[in-house]
Amino acid sequence: MLGMMFGEIRKLRRKTLLIPTLIGVALLTAFFTSFVFLRVQTGKPNGARGVLITNEFLSGKNGLVYGFQIMGFFLGIVALCVFASQTAQEYSLGTLRNILVRQPSRLKVLLGKYFAMAFFTIWLELAAAIFALSISFALAPRSAISTRAWLTGSGLQLLGETFINIFLGTLAFGTLGMILGLLFRSPITSISIGVLWCLILENILGAVISSTTKWLPGANFANISQGGTSIISYQRSLLTSGSYLLFGAIVVAILFKKRDVSN
Amino acid sequence: MSDLAISVSALSKVYGERQAVAQASFEVPIGSICGFVGPNGSGKTTTMRMLLGLIKPTHGTGTVLGEDIKHPEKYLSQVGAMIEGPAFYPALSGAENLRVLASIGGFSQKRVATLLEQVGLGDRGDSKYKTYSLGMKQRLGIAAALLPQPKLLVLDEPTNGLDPSGIQEIRNLIKAMAKSGTSIFVSSHLLSELEMISDHLVMLREGKVIFTGRTQDLLAAQNPLLVVKPEFGVDLNKLMEIVTKHGKKATVSDGSIIISGAVDWAPSFNRLAFEAGITLGELSVVQPSLEETFFEMTGE
Repeated sequence: MLGMMFGEIRKLRRKTLLIPTLIGVALLTAFFTSFVFLRVQTGKPNGARGVLITNEFLSGKNGLVYGFQIMGFFLGIVALCVFASQTAQEYSLGTLRNILVRQPSRLKVLLGKYFAMAFFTIWLELAAAIFALSISFALAPRSAISTRAWLTGSGLQLLGETFINIFLGTLAFGTLGMILGLLFRSPITSISIGVLWCLILENILGAVISSTTKWLPGANFANISQGGTSIISYQRSLLTSGSYLLFGAIVVAILFKKRDVSN
Repeated sequence: MSDLAISVSALSKVYGERQAVAQASFEVPIGSICGFVGPNGSGKTTTMRMLLGLIKPTHGTGTVLGEDIKHPEKYLSQVGAMIEGPAFYPALSGAENLRVLASIGGFSQKRVATLLEQVGLGDRGDSKYKTYSLGMKQRLGIAAALLPQPKLLVLDEPTNGLDPSGIQEIRNLIKAMAKSGTSIFVSSHLLSELEMISDHLVMLREGKVIFTGRTQDLLAAQNPLLVVKPEFGVDLNKLMEIVTKHGKKATVSDGSIIISGAVDWAPSFNRLAFEAGITLGELSVVQPSLEETFFEMTGE
């Protein structure tokens, strides 16, 4: 399994994947964090989903992580795309047969790939955190936001918790991507279905029947990244997401183990 | 340890109502180069996939290097394979692709440079796979198959896309591998290639094994052919009339008449041609090639 993981990491660190992904994350982080900090004095909505984030709020310990936290959902979408494409491309490129000749234990192949992509997620999240925190510190004085509370013990503890929550939420999106990749065996199909569901269909469903939000996978994954909200508790999201993903993972693991590799 | 590299018995694979491989039984001795021959769709690749644990047989049993094919994890570390053409990551270099496979298989990364040299890609190892020609991709596939220093090499059409010198290099490589003790199981549609290198053959038609054994035995068992060429091409039709009049089976190829099962008839035929006023430019007896034998056996 370790061999599979290291092999997968070799693929993930290729420039054609790493650089565009990092640039995308950097641009999104810069946009969202700057938007929050630069509009804080205008009195107009500057937070996620049109919420007004005040100077006082940002001067508290939450100010350190707010920009980073907004990125949680988008990191999840990036992870969904990466996990789905890295999994499904083994079928579309025909490379799965090479892998299975070198590592016949299909469960080890899946786990090795998954752990490698989990490591990739950590690097991606670290990059997003560094970008978001740097921009927050750089823009705080310009908007008269005090950073004193940011580096206190509770501020740093919140940063650690946020990092873990975003990691879990992002990993949940990634796991969904891997499940879709294994089901559809085509990068384009699995990414399209995953993104369409999480970005569009869930929002429509949630807007039309608000009670469904508690049960939608994407909403629950995003809720984990946010550390829970008044609508869905953190624990409930963990349980709902875990159940969905465990069921999906078992189904695709059985399929992967039983299916003939004939392409 | 068994003295057979591969042994299968009544191996079958059924997809819905289509029987891809039907009750195939054959053996490949250790240290041999065994050619795997059959028309497209005859079940060669399906059989190879079953041997490598990529697909599960519907019926039948088999062993590879003495281990049951139900447990590919017991023998695949000693098997190198290239199935249905090379397949690699286009955005990675050739060397990086091999390093990925070396990591997965737990092989030394140091072998990568040696293997790239061995297959003639030493100076292109750092180029991206997507920039490779078909022949270079094929060589990289062979390099990947050689990663584990295999006891058994399973190659599916390894000379596809190679130019004549590339084909010769691969032929030499296969011979060298066999000389060092590696057993080779190789399929190819270039039967002349297999005839040159194979000491054993397995012939497949519509999923069924129609011959398995030594190449020499197969060729020796075939009836020799009588090849007749008139001195002047205009006499070809007259000669053909004589052949058919005497109830012999013949085909015309490249200005010659090839008569099967008629070696004893050669003196009589020569006399008949002379009486008809035809001078023969050539009258010879030849052993049929593997290709001719194959076509005769498969009825293609």
